[in-house]
Amino acid sequence: MARTEIRETAPSLAPPSTSVSVLAWLRQNLFSSPFNTILTLLCLWLLYKILPPLVSWAILNANFVGDSRADCVAGGACWVFVKARFGQFMYGFYPADQRWRIDVAFLILIVGLAPLFVARFRYKIALAATLLIGYPVVAFYLFRGGAFGLSEVETSHWGGLFLTLVVAGVGIVTSLPLGILLALGRRSAMPVVRGVAIVFIEVMRGMPLITVLFMASVMLPLFLPEGVNFDKLLRALVGVALFSAAYMAEVVRGGLQAIPKGQYEAAQALGLSYWKMMGLIVLPQALKIVIPGIVNTLIALFKDTTLVLIIGLFDLLGTVQAALTDASWIGFATEGYVFAALGYWIFCFGMSRYSVYVERKLHTGHRR
Amino acid sequence: MATNGSDDAPIIVLRGVHKWYGQFHVLKDINLDVGKGQKIVVCGPSGSGKSTMIRCINRLEEHQRGHIVVDGIEITNDVRNVDAIRREVGMVFQHFNLFPHLTVLENLTLAPIWVRKTPKAEAQAMATKLLERVGIPEQAQKYPGQLSGGQQQRVAIARALCMTPKIMLFDEPTSALDPEMIKEVLDVMIELADEGMTMVCVTHEMGFARSVADLMVFMDQGEVVEKNPPSEFFSNPVSERTKLFLSQILSH
Repeated sequence: MARTEIRETAPSLAPPSTSVSVLAWLRQNLFSSPFNTILTLLCLWLLYKILPPLVSWAILNANFVGDSRADCVAGGACWVFVKARFGQFMYGFYPADQRWRIDVAFLILIVGLAPLFVARFRYKIALAATLLIGYPVVAFYLFRGGAFGLSEVETSHWGGLFLTLVVAGVGIVTSLPLGILLALGRRSAMPVVRGVAIVFIEVMRGMPLITVLFMASVMLPLFLPEGVNFDKLLRALVGVALFSAAYMAEVVRGGLQAIPKGQYEAAQALGLSYWKMMGLIVLPQALKIVIPGIVNTLIALFKDTTLVLIIGLFDLLGTVQAALTDASWIGFATEGYVFAALGYWIFCFGMSRYSVYVERKLHTGHRR
Repeated sequence: MATNGSDDAPIIVLRGVHKWYGQFHVLKDINLDVGKGQKIVVCGPSGSGKSTMIRCINRLEEHQRGHIVVDGIEITNDVRNVDAIRREVGMVFQHFNLFPHLTVLENLTLAPIWVRKTPKAEAQAMATKLLERVGIPEQAQKYPGQLSGGQQQRVAIARALCMTPKIMLFDEPTSALDPEMIKEVLDVMIELADEGMTMVCVTHEMGFARSVADLMVFMDQGEVVEKNPPSEFFSNPVSERTKLFLSQILSH
């Protein structure tokens, strides 16, 4: 027989106080047990060891003014190096007098995208569609030139952050729709469609991106007839887009599988065709579920663009590395890499925050 | 569309319908005629094939043998036929199956706008009217997840009605509801029956069946065991299986 006896296992909790003093907060959160006290002290010690030297290197003792390595005398970071090469990091070897074209193109993009973030703006879909179709054309002619009185700039001169954004932007915009189509294909009832989707996804996922890029830049020209030549950047773009589409497809498929069968049946019972059912009922729910996965893939894609260095394209990291080999600036690798890392981080963190915002906005009070 | 001419021709005809799930014979030689405006209540133990049968009527399930003709159109592999039938047949599910990412109003107007090409304002006006009819006009801007089960099922009925169907199929519409919400859904269904809608209901609500049904269909193990008007069905069940089923379901 089990004894039923009420034992005092823990002291009654004090009523929650409405105002917490600093001291009480410290005790509760940082020194609540011997182990936590040790952890807190350890963290404080680590911070003490790391932070002051970092601040002193990056800011207090750093050199910000000047234009040659001779100006870097204070002993800290030599940001002069980054400043002197800033244009190259941003635009690569794009002719300096033509860089305004890139600025204009990005300005157009920012002005075009801004209304999409205004909740009260009513023509979001129309604007997004216009941008999606029209902007690549405008941007292409601005970047490449060769028409409308703009001088031609070969893609081999494109570089820096500009090139990173072009590769990542094209990759993001094409891999999502392509990935959705592949995911639908893989779940299709038609054996041929399903087969093609499975083979494509498995082949692409089974190779490293470097291999894809190598094949696109080295092997593809061997198979093409004499005289036919695709632009190297274009080949890299196609490679990156197809590669990330395969990953995207699997993420989206995960979302499709999470949608209950009843949603399909309700849509069918109402007479919706396959594409309307997918476009209006299934995909909006499936994509919402996999936003974290999609953003994950997009961030990975953004960083994977650094691999175009392998085939001789100079993105942000590539231009930084190229600048490091410059004899007049030797020895400032740390500054260069810190700057590049910061550049990538800003964009990736931005994507992450945007996805949090979108998720919160799309939440409609149901949990499945 | 070819109709059978006279008005008293049945609007749903099932002739010798068979269906298998792999080796399992779910429907065995089902024959059923539903006249215009008739209310059929299908009952039977679980696994008897009653849901499968009504899901064959709008091709959510495929039958392998026999003929199903709805409103003069035979259900074949032709997608156009299936689409045409689905436009005329509304369905209400056990688990509501509302679209959780759309508001109640959008749930109602989606099919009229995208399938029937009804102008948006017109679809919204009709949806509002239907929400009033099922007694929840004030919930139009909410999302399904914010409603109670009974309210969700009433929205689901209104959603099906938005397509102005000639036939309504109900697949255990009250089975997933808390007891206190069953009545509000049955009331809507009774009202619909009174207005002359053709209805095929799979349900265990025998009170509803008694007051509304023109014909009771009892199914067991994939067969139609008994087909009789409710008065006959409840007081004088013919087969032993029906008697057993009724004694079990009416005892409490």
